[in-house]
Amino acid sequence: MEITNKFLINDVNLWYSDFQALNNINMDIPEHMITAFIGPSGCGKSTLIKSLNRMNDLVEGCKITGSILLDGENIYGDIDVNALRKRVGMVFQKPNPFPMSIYDNIAYGPRTHGIKSKFVLNEIVEKSLQDAAIWDETKDRLKKSALSLSGGQQQRLCIARALSVQPDVLLMDEPTSALDPISTGKIEELVLQLKKDYTIVIVTHNMQQATRISDNTGFFLLGELIEYGETQQIFSIPQDKRCEDYITGRFG
Amino acid sequence: MDKLKRKKPVDLILFLLTWLGIIITVSVLIFVVGYVVINGLPFIRPSLFAREFTTENQSLFPALVGTLMIVGLSLILAVPLGVFSAIYLVEYAKRGSRFVKIVRLTTETLAGIPSIVYGLFGFIFFGVFLGWGLSLMSGAFTTSIMILPLIMRTTEESLKSVPDTYREGSFGLGAGRLRTVARIVLPAATPGILAGVILAIGRIVGETAAIIFTLGNVARMPNNLFDTGRTLSAHMYALANEGTHPGEAHATAAVLLIVVLLINALSSWIARSITKDRG
Repeated sequence: MEITNKFLINDVNLWYSDFQALNNINMDIPEHMITAFIGPSGCGKSTLIKSLNRMNDLVEGCKITGSILLDGENIYGDIDVNALRKRVGMVFQKPNPFPMSIYDNIAYGPRTHGIKSKFVLNEIVEKSLQDAAIWDETKDRLKKSALSLSGGQQQRLCIARALSVQPDVLLMDEPTSALDPISTGKIEELVLQLKKDYTIVIVTHNMQQATRISDNTGFFLLGELIEYGETQQIFSIPQDKRCEDYITGRFG
Repeated sequence: MDKLKRKKPVDLILFLLTWLGIIITVSVLIFVVGYVVINGLPFIRPSLFAREFTTENQSLFPALVGTLMIVGLSLILAVPLGVFSAIYLVEYAKRGSRFVKIVRLTTETLAGIPSIVYGLFGFIFFGVFLGWGLSLMSGAFTTSIMILPLIMRTTEESLKSVPDTYREGSFGLGAGRLRTVARIVLPAATPGILAGVILAIGRIVGETAAIIFTLGNVARMPNNLFDTGRTLSAHMYALANEGTHPGEAHATAAVLLIVVLLINALSSWIARSITKDRG
């Protein structure tokens, strides 16, 4: 199978006011694969993932140079940010369902993009919940508050919510760091299934998680991309001393 | 072993102090409410709700209507203005900007001004300068300026207490700022905003000085928005001041208490029905 690149990241530098958080990042993110970003806290991996759907726009004093191409189009050019975020969905570190019913949580996205038909919405809700492997647990309580779900269920609901607007890419910013091992396992299984339909970028603090699910891994340190390649290779024969020290647990 | 033995003397003293606090607070409340009810209830007769106030029958009905009109009008004026200003300050303005600081300082100053000053201002500006005289309009505009800072402050606080993760979730789905504020942030903040509105209602209902200055204190049914009238508090003040009808004054206090309780119950019912299928 030929590999096509979803994102092309070229010479990206990013500043939060005076602090430079990303330093000359260049990387390609291939389609229909899982790309993991690893590295110690404050290394810039979350910053980079948030640049991919321009969530950094919300941070005051954030300035970015360079270009990020999504299917060949520069997302920092003259584009509709809301349309970009529809195509590049995001799942956050802490499950953040809206304080409304399970059904309304999922229907919020499609409604935002103008779908009004009850029939179509019902279908989208069912399909999204099924794709996120949470349909069986929620089908009898769609009108109940989403906040009544457990943490792991809430996170899968948030994945379903991200899927509801039919994105191409799913960005996941440490999606399991607030969850127990069993819920984490379920999410990882789910991510592997979603791979065939979506391009997935995941930030993780958990080395094992990166080896279990990702195809490619990028190691970041102090705002720089130190090493990037196939996950298997990075974890078995890392080229850079700092990367080796990190994955063997000598610091971080 | 020593730790398990029993409470230390300091613990016991603090425990007694907190209890003392609760007992004093609750008994003051019970005393005030009881005093008003016991003295007022025997005087609550159907004739107190007669349409006309006469020297023989000190009807509180015109004042009741006046109170509801003033409360309703000033809420219509102040709630949208206050809520929209707060939305601008929290959701749109650059956080911590100079402009926001100045607006905040101004509203805080406004909140601290004694009501008689508002009364005098309302009398001169609305009554004399705009020529509205002593009227429902003058009264409602004056009280709405009084409650505006309160509504702004409470709305601001409740908007700020809505977690940013909700906003991120909404933006992440491609929703714009307007939709995020209207569909996600505002509903989540509604209970807090309504709590502010209830406080504001309490302030209007309890106001006398500014009301007498701007609405006047004439015991008859207002015919239109530019007619004078009186509120229950002003009615009580008048009755108590004349000293000839202490029973009716107490009855008015009891009715006022019931009106406030009803308005509060209504507001929390609205809050509950808005947030019904939320967590």
